[in-house]
Parts: sequence; structure tokens; C-alpha cells
Amino acid sequence: MTTIVTGNGISGDDWADRDVFAFDCFWNGQELPEEPLAVAFPNDREAADLVPWLDRIGLIVVDFPAFSDGRGFSVARRLRELGYRGRLRASGPLVSDQLRAALKVGFDEVAVAPSVAARQPASHWKVGAQESYQDRIAV
Amino acid sequence: MYMYDDFDAAFVRGRVAEFRDQVARRLDGTLSEAEFLPIRLKNGLYLQLHAYMLRIAVPYGTLDSRKMRQLAYIADRWDKGYGHFTTRTNIQFNWPKLKDVPDILDALADVDMHAIQTSGNCIRNVTADHFAGAAADEIEDPRPTAELLRQWSTDHPEFAWLGRKFKIAVIASEHDRAVLKSHDIGVRIVRGVADEPGYEIFVGGGLGRTPMVAKQIRSFLPKAHLLPYLESILQVYNLQGRRDNKYKARIKILVHETGIDRFRELVETRFQEKLPQFNGVNQKILRRIEGSFVPPAFEAAQPMPPVLGAGLQSWIDTNVAAHRLDHYGIVTVSLKGIGETPGDASSDQMRLLADLAEEYAHDELRVSHEQNIVLPHVPRRHLPAIYDRLKAAGLATANIGLISDIIACPGMDYCALATARSIPVAQQIAERFHELGLEHEIGPMKIKISGCINACGHHHVGHIGILGLDRAGVENYQITLGGDGTETTVIGERAGPGFSYDEIVPAIERIVSAYLDVRTDPEETFIECFRRVGMTPFKEALYPPEEARSNAA
Ligand code: SF4
Repeated sequence: MTTIVTGNGISGDDWADRDVFAFDCFWNGQELPEEPLAVAFPNDREAADLVPWLDRIGLIVVDFPAFSDGRGFSVARRLRELGYRGRLRASGPLVSDQLRAALKVGFDEVAVAPSVAARQPASHWKVGAQESYQDRIAV
Repeated sequence: MYMYDDFDAAFVRGRVAEFRDQVARRLDGTLSEAEFLPIRLKNGLYLQLHAYMLRIAVPYGTLDSRKMRQLAYIADRWDKGYGHFTTRTNIQFNWPKLKDVPDILDALADVDMHAIQTSGNCIRNVTADHFAGAAADEIEDPRPTAELLRQWSTDHPEFAWLGRKFKIAVIASEHDRAVLKSHDIGVRIVRGVADEPGYEIFVGGGLGRTPMVAKQIRSFLPKAHLLPYLESILQVYNLQGRRDNKYKARIKILVHETGIDRFRELVETRFQEKLPQFNGVNQKILRRIEGSFVPPAFEAAQPMPPVLGAGLQSWIDTNVAAHRLDHYGIVTVSLKGIGETPGDASSDQMRLLADLAEEYAHDELRVSHEQNIVLPHVPRRHLPAIYDRLKAAGLATANIGLISDIIACPGMDYCALATARSIPVAQQIAERFHELGLEHEIGPMKIKISGCINACGHHHVGHIGILGLDRAGVENYQITLGGDGTETTVIGERAGPGFSYDEIVPAIERIVSAYLDVRTDPEETFIECFRRVGMTPFKEALYPPEEARSNAA
């Protein structure tokens, strides 16, 4: 089962029984069920393309193909800048040291890959009390 | 000089504790080697040919005696008694042990220093003009802007995992002493039509495998718009820069492939969206930072003791630049002693430099990208005393800007990526021209040497650039001519086939004698001469026809 980490600790995936639609489903005219919808967002797509559906979406899962591929951090920031207020999840082999940045750019949660979860216990997934320079100046 | 406030101090300590924990997790296996690698790089820790290497940030190259003495202490306590100043105005220690690194970082935090983001695919240590605050031609001190950028870029959550490294430099004068246009972003402080303060922004410069000169993206950006504008550039780059090929991942490739006009449109659109998110707090912070870069309490003009001795006079002529006050000078202490490793300083030398700064020079020191140490504010009356003490420590080499003031990357002597040696080539060139007694006769000349295609030695912008390659297991040195790293940046032109390790110094000698032959008079510098006559006479000197060669033999 997928492990979900938030700023408050670890839980299971409460969306596990519901569908997560591919990004292209929103574009190919497919009949979409009742909202809220969930969408899997590849990190090389344009966030603005999702704008027409943002208020029908309850969960966006941004894919991190590798922990070192940081495009997802800007995707999250963009989605928030475009006004998305629903749940935002980072999914991929992120390591616990990236949780702080993920929460800062607008993610609510990280779906930890099983390979990483096996090595990194809950106690590693903490944000720490450290204030960031961006809180102080980048506004 | 900027002093840490409680926030900075707590932040840096927090990062040391975090790194200590990361090292422990690497050792117990919860972090894999692949995961630990970028984490240690973001904390300045490389694995080199023989050992770990720790690269310590010297933001905008500025140090004081307290910091310099701590570097000397670190060199003695945890390294082999010396350090290496780099072209990014950082300092590297080549022999630390992994287990000691958190302690070294703590020792740095004791003096408001760190090694954060001196490596890795993130925004690197921000550099500035090494004559900042002392040069007559600057509009204002560029370092407050550089410090603002340091704070903004430190642990930036969105830009900590970029496709590639990202370098920013700041200058504040027409004349460029910081190789601005070889940076991913170059920021030049300017004044607008109504004399309002702002920035000219360049983007997409870089050396390496595909050298590119940065292009102007904005001719004038109001001061308060800097952070949203830079965030816009970085966001476009992070989302659209290539990730499929390490050598095409720098922003220079994105700018080149997109075209500067289209790239500018993308950035400007993003910028209009971002601007309202910034409420101006950063400008208050900037003003506070500016308050900590006030000029020192300059003394009134006093008589200069007579200059006795040709050695002192030659050192003053060569190593002391004009200060914005006539009775002050900017002293560049050469770390290019003939036959020494360019950029290296022993712990004793570091302590001497700290003493001189404290006793004579308002307690300020700078690291230059040319790998020398600058005392930016020296009353001229102290020059003889300073010279004597430098001389006793082997630091009085009078060669700033001359042929032996060579930039050389660590190359095969230390670097895991090297394809050839660069330090010994620099040493031999310096020794050869010293022997010939020609340095001053040749005049201003910038030789820059890299030990591989990554171009850390800036060879593309050397008047003479030397690139060490590996041809079937044999070192082969390619020569470029006519490069320029100032406001008129030009990438040097390749002269022709490369030379072996044994041939490279004679080849440089032939270039120099060709120059001495064809220059109109001693006033015409090498680079001016090259621009006038072009490649041909140098090519002929480098590659004489068979006949001439056998006659010469
Ligand atoms: S240019 Fe190459 S050899 Fe020289 S320091 Fe850089 S990576 Fe190493």
C-alpha cells in the first residue's frame, strides 16, 4: 500500500479506491465521472492547460520520475499560482530530505515510493522547525 | 561587511545539524549512495581523484581577517595546511575526511561561513566584482544585491533540483571585472533615464563544452523587481530546460534553442503573473543589507614614504590598482608565485593576509575570480610595509595581469573529471617567461588553462586559452586565441591541431614571439594586436611549414 506523508506524519492513501485519470483524458473528449476528480500530471506538461478543469479537480498527482528531477516543484508552484486550491500530491522516489521543499512549493503530501518507504521510516519524514529564507524575503 | 543576524546564524547551524544527520543516514544505509550524492554536493562536498574535496562559499568573494584566520585553522586542523582559491571566488580543501566534514562546517558557522550550494544542480554561490566598494567606476556597491540573491537562493524550495548548475554574478560598472557574460544570469547595476536605480539583465552565458556569451534579456529592470524577474527566468528554465542530456541542460542551451526573443516573451509573461505576489518586503531587507556595506572610515591623505628599490616600484606598478580615493590603492596579492600552484595559499600565508588586512587595510579581503587575493582599501603610505611583509612570505610576485598570472583549474592533479594536467603547464609557462625575463616586456596577457572540456579554467575567454584533452591516452593541448572575459566578451578562436605536453610551452613561446614581432609598438597589447592582425601570423608561428621547421632544427 502506498505511504502518504504530510507535514503531520504518515498515513495510508485514502484515494486508493478511486480513479486517477491520465492528463490526456481531459483533452480527448472522454466522459468524466462525478467530481471531485483526480488527475495524474506528468512533469513535462503545461500547468495552464488544466485551468478549465481546476474547480472540478480534488487531487492532482504530480509525477517525479526521479528524485533529482525537480520539474515537479515548479509544476506545483505554477498550479498554485494558477489558483488551484485542491489537494496536491508529489509522487515518486522522493527522499525525506525533500519533504520541506515539497510542502513549501505547495504540495500537501508526498506519496512515497515503496522502494524508499522500505528504507526510510516515518521518523525520517519530518520538516524540522527551520525557518526558510523565502519566508523572510521572497515576497 | 554583512554580519549574520540571528536568523542567518540559526539557519547555518541548522544546516550543519541536518548534514550531520544525513552523513549518519548514509553510513547506516537509509540513504543510498545515489541519494546522498546530490545532498553532499549541495553542501559543497565532492569526491575527487584521491579524496573528498570540500568547497567553501566565499559569497561575492568578501572576507575579513577573522574569516581568513578560520580558513587557515581549518587548513591546519583538518587538511594539509593549505587551501585553493577558485575561479568562483570560493576556497577548496582537497584532503578532508568525510567524518570530519560536519565539524569543519561547524567551524565555518563560528565565523558566519558555510559551504551551502557551492556545488550541485542548484543556484550556486553568487559572485561580484572583486573591486566592489573600492573601484572609482562603480555606480554603487554590487554586494548588497549579491547578498540579497544569496539569501533568496539559499535552500530555495522550487530551484534546489534544477537540470544543471546555475551561476549568477553582479557588477555595478561599465567595465566588467567578473566575467559577467559567462554566467547563467548576469546582473549589472545601472541607472534609468531619470537616474532611478535598476538592473540590466543578461541570460544564458556559460563556458564548458558549448561556450556562449550571455544575451541581454532586459535593458532596464527597476530595482524592486529583481526577485520576481529572476524567479520567472528560473521557473521557465526549470520547467523547459532539457533534462535528457547533461551537456545540454544549462540555460544557455534553452536560450539558444528557444531564441532570445521567444525566451524573453516567456519570461515576461511569467513575470507579469508573479509581480503581484511580491509585496516589497525584500526591498526592506535589501536596505538593511545595504546598511551593513557602508564604506570603511577612510583616513585623510598623508604623505607617502619614498619608494626605495626597484622591486617595490615594480610591484606597485603591477599589483596596485587605482582606488576611488587617490591616496588609497587596491592591492592584488598574487597567488601565482613563479612555479607555484595558481590559487593555492598556505595557512601561514592566509594568516599573514589576515594580519595585513587588519593592520593596514580596514580589515577587508577579497578573493578574485583570477584566483588572487585583494586588499581593497589600502592607504598608499602603507604600501612599502605591506610589500616587505609579503616578500618575506613569498607573496610579493609582481605579475598581476601578466603572462604568469595564469588561471588554471586543478586538472589531473586533483580533479576526477580531468583529461589532462593543467597546474604543471601553468607552472612551466610561468617559469619559462620568468627565465627569459620577458614578462613586463610582453605586458598585459591572460592565459587560462582547463584540464577538460568543462572549462573551469575559463580557457575560452583567455587571450591565450589552453584546453587539455585526452587523445588515445595521451595529453593533447588545444590552443584558442583572442578570447576576452570583460565587457567585450568574446569566445576565443581555435588555432589548429593540439600540442603534446612537451610541445605546449614552446608553442606558447612561438605565439608570444610572433606577437612581439608584429605589434606596432610596446603600447599595443597582445589582445589589441590580435584584433588588428587576426589569426594568420600566430598560425604561421604555431604551425611553420616543414622547411622552416627543419631549418630551425
Ligand atoms: S575543467 Fe575539467 S579538469 Fe578542470 S577542474 Fe573543471 S572539471 Fe576538473
